[in-house]
Amino acid sequence: MLARGFTDPVHDAQGVFRAVMDALARPGTIQALATGLTPPAPLTPELAALALALADADAPLWLDAGLAQSPAVPAFLRFHTGARIADDPAEAAFALVSDAAACPDFSAFAQGMPAYPDRSATLVLAVSALSGDEGWHLDGPGIRESARLSAAPLPADMPARLARNHAGFPQGIDLILAAPGRLAALPRSTRVREG
Amino acid sequence: MTAETGYNFAYLDEGTKRMIRRAILKAIAIPGYQVPFASREMPMPYGWGTGGVQVTAAILGKSDVLKVIDQGSDDTTNAVSIRAFFARTAEVAVTTRTRDATVIQTRHRIPEAPLHASQVLVYQVPIPEPLRFLEPRETETRQLHALAEYGLMHVKLYEDIARHGHIATTYAYPVEVAGRYVMDPSPTPKFDNPKMDDCPALQLFGAGREKRIYAVPPYTRVRSLDFEDHPFRVQTFDRPCALCGAEGVYLDEVLLDDAGGRMFVCSDTDHCEERRADGPIGMEAAHA
Repeated sequence: MLARGFTDPVHDAQGVFRAVMDALARPGTIQALATGLTPPAPLTPELAALALALADADAPLWLDAGLAQSPAVPAFLRFHTGARIADDPAEAAFALVSDAAACPDFSAFAQGMPAYPDRSATLVLAVSALSGDEGWHLDGPGIRESARLSAAPLPADMPARLARNHAGFPQGIDLILAAPGRLAALPRSTRVREG
Repeated sequence: MTAETGYNFAYLDEGTKRMIRRAILKAIAIPGYQVPFASREMPMPYGWGTGGVQVTAAILGKSDVLKVIDQGSDDTTNAVSIRAFFARTAEVAVTTRTRDATVIQTRHRIPEAPLHASQVLVYQVPIPEPLRFLEPRETETRQLHALAEYGLMHVKLYEDIARHGHIATTYAYPVEVAGRYVMDPSPTPKFDNPKMDDCPALQLFGAGREKRIYAVPPYTRVRSLDFEDHPFRVQTFDRPCALCGAEGVYLDEVLLDDAGGRMFVCSDTDHCEERRADGPIGMEAAHA
């Protein structure tokens, strides 16, 4: 049987949205994220919660190979969100990446246009470790003086990718890092330097 | 306040909230950039804060405490109606105390009390495009923002100086956000512009009729445009608030009679009431 969605769709979605909003508004801060979901593996409860809260018929999803190959995951997401699951990552509003270390290059996703930089993707990466006490140095809007962030597993060249993404501001993608029970975000406005 | 039945929490349907929420997330990621959104008809006319109401409805949760101000005042028609609207459709707690609120919807003022990091300030915006009166075509203003070509705005401010000897823009004074986008702070008096800079609270802007949402994340540089030889200055008042004696706050002129009698009082009613409750009494009150 299909795994169930939010227990309380209205308030659970609001709670997830506020965690994402606060994470994007304050890069480097770790926001608590309680989902109450038990989606089919390898979809994590946090990735599922983001999709259920924000994706719909107007906001297509893209799934990485691990998620797309599990028949239960697309069925779960289609049923609960009504979102189209795009084959081409460039068509996705939200990309769900279960294997963060194998995250495709950001250039595969919509970057927006100079006049419409908002027409760009948000990447949601499942990570196992997430800390705001060590790792990269962050600065930019939303950050008082400076902040730090470390997450794993990620591609080795992640800082270089994030630097290229920031250099393209206002175009680019926004990144959400979701660990069990918590998340952090790196919008394109954040400058990331290796610690 | 009796709750309304038959409406979704905070009036809007979930699909609309998701659409607005996605726009808010992009607005935060691109500070000062105007994100188009599919603004809905609300049960109030355009010009009464439909943009702010939609942003508030999209972010509001059960545990939020809502404050609504209109020109600094908690008790004018617009503020009372919107506060009642959310008290009835979302059953959230409401307050007039700035420091107790988690979400503050505002029409044309920023509260005098410093905002803190757990607050969101939602502005009602009539015309989001700072270049609109200089260039009426949306296709052109989009292009100007894309190229960060803001010479027109500086010409406008320069013409003020040529004509009046100083920059005569007193409200909706244009700002540059995080060194990139020029943004209309909504028709707040320029007195409030410095409060937007490095503000601990998240600032969200909603324009219902014009269908735009934009944002200033916390701790973001917000610079009022000016010239080296004509630096940005805020209004000053030559007297304190007549009721609470506050100095360095924004004052409203209140006419008292037909003989030219007038007094100047705090535009921020909550700030004024708190000060009077705490002790300091203004000149008018002392004479009464």
